[in-house]
Amino acid sequence: MAKDKQSFEEDLKRLQKIVEELAEGKLTLGESLKKYEEGVKLAQGCSQALSDAQRKVELLMKKEGKSSLEEFDEKGIKGD
Amino acid sequence: MILENTFADVWIEGEVSNFKAAPSGHFYFSLKDKDSVIAAAMFSRSNKDLKFKIEDGLKAICRGRIDVYPPRGQYQLIVDNLEPKGIGAQQLAFEQLKKKLAKEGLFDSAHKKELPVMPFSVGIVTSSTGAAVRDILQILKKGARGVNVVIRSVRVQGEKAASEIAEGINDLNKFSRQADESGGGIPHIAGNKVDMIIVSRGGGSVEDLWAFNEELVARAIYASRIPVVSAVGHQINLTLSDLVADFFVETPSAAAKIIVDKKNSLLAEIDNLQHQLNFSIQETINNLNNSVIALRHTLKSPLDRLLEKQQLLDELYSGLSNNMRSFLKLTRETAGSYIKRLEALSPLAVLSRGYSLSMAISNDVIIKDASGLKPKDKVKTILGKGSFISTVEEVNNG
Repeated sequence: MAKDKQSFEEDLKRLQKIVEELAEGKLTLGESLKKYEEGVKLAQGCSQALSDAQRKVELLMKKEGKSSLEEFDEKGIKGD
Repeated sequence: MILENTFADVWIEGEVSNFKAAPSGHFYFSLKDKDSVIAAAMFSRSNKDLKFKIEDGLKAICRGRIDVYPPRGQYQLIVDNLEPKGIGAQQLAFEQLKKKLAKEGLFDSAHKKELPVMPFSVGIVTSSTGAAVRDILQILKKGARGVNVVIRSVRVQGEKAASEIAEGINDLNKFSRQADESGGGIPHIAGNKVDMIIVSRGGGSVEDLWAFNEELVARAIYASRIPVVSAVGHQINLTLSDLVADFFVETPSAAAKIIVDKKNSLLAEIDNLQHQLNFSIQETINNLNNSVIALRHTLKSPLDRLLEKQQLLDELYSGLSNNMRSFLKLTRETAGSYIKRLEALSPLAVLSRGYSLSMAISNDVIIKDASGLKPKDKVKTILGKGSFISTVEEVNNG
């Protein structure tokens, strides 16, 4: 399951902030290591979300005003 | 009657002026060229199918019949059909609609939404059996496998296409909002928020793509809360959906490529951020390490000073012993010379040169003055080598 868009963006922003803070070099060693650890985790999480191979292709159907999702069969495509 | 019968089917070309649309729905205007003018009426049953608006200045070809308007006894042209001259009716309608929507601000860049940083869930409004969906899915499969796709299948050409496309865009918005609000309530739908909508169809003739020029579609795209990418296959003219959409590309594949590119550049960015993280922490550690080395240096320096003192001491010491040695040497030499001088002063040395030393036997006092002697005194005489004793015979007092 792909990561939620919002949390991905938040994670990415957090990661960027951590990189900036670390680059400034004003943190203590303990703080630096803590941030570094968090940053590495965020980076891994983000790139994993992007590399996730699982996906769904579905059809949004409407019957009597109600929406439902159906599996989409890609073999059914004829092409124009 | 003769007139009406003779001119029952005429074509007149001219420029529209004094155009009025009456509340009844009938149009009244004049058609003129540089020499003449004729009044014209286009009744509502004839004008209701016009796709464009008639405006003053429009050059038109009108087909109709000549009639007399009895109250004024005036000839007029009853227009059955009106075509713009030099430009297709459809094209004119398009231009007019475009002008209208532009005036309303539908194309303003201020209204354009940013595409998401990474669309993890993409809605596609297109025909589920068309080339567009196939192209998009293929590219996503190759380049961005993690992206979920929700297809809202619609007709993309023909009379109903425009309303279906507009509905599809609305549906995806509603669906995404449901997913937003349900937060797990509706199985299957929860978590299927749509981040981005692609409105698409493959290439075709201007007529094939016409649905994407319809007002309904343009307004649906404008109203979409979710960013819309218009991907209508075309070579030359932009469709209205291109103009309204937040982003447009010229093929369905290009729309999918946006997502793949986003993914790749994000991966590169994350990689870069990771490198920066590593660099920074390394830098921090190096800096601290340098500080420690500097501190250790400072701590070490009293020791160093002690060593320096020791060295100085050693030098002084060795200097001292050198001095002592030369002092001793000097002393020895001085003593030697004293000894020599002492030796030179020794009476024995004088005796060795032939002198002798005499002393009275009675008191062992060296005799320096003959007056102290008298005959018969015994005297001991010391020579350079050995001695003898003699008796005084005679005394001569100098």
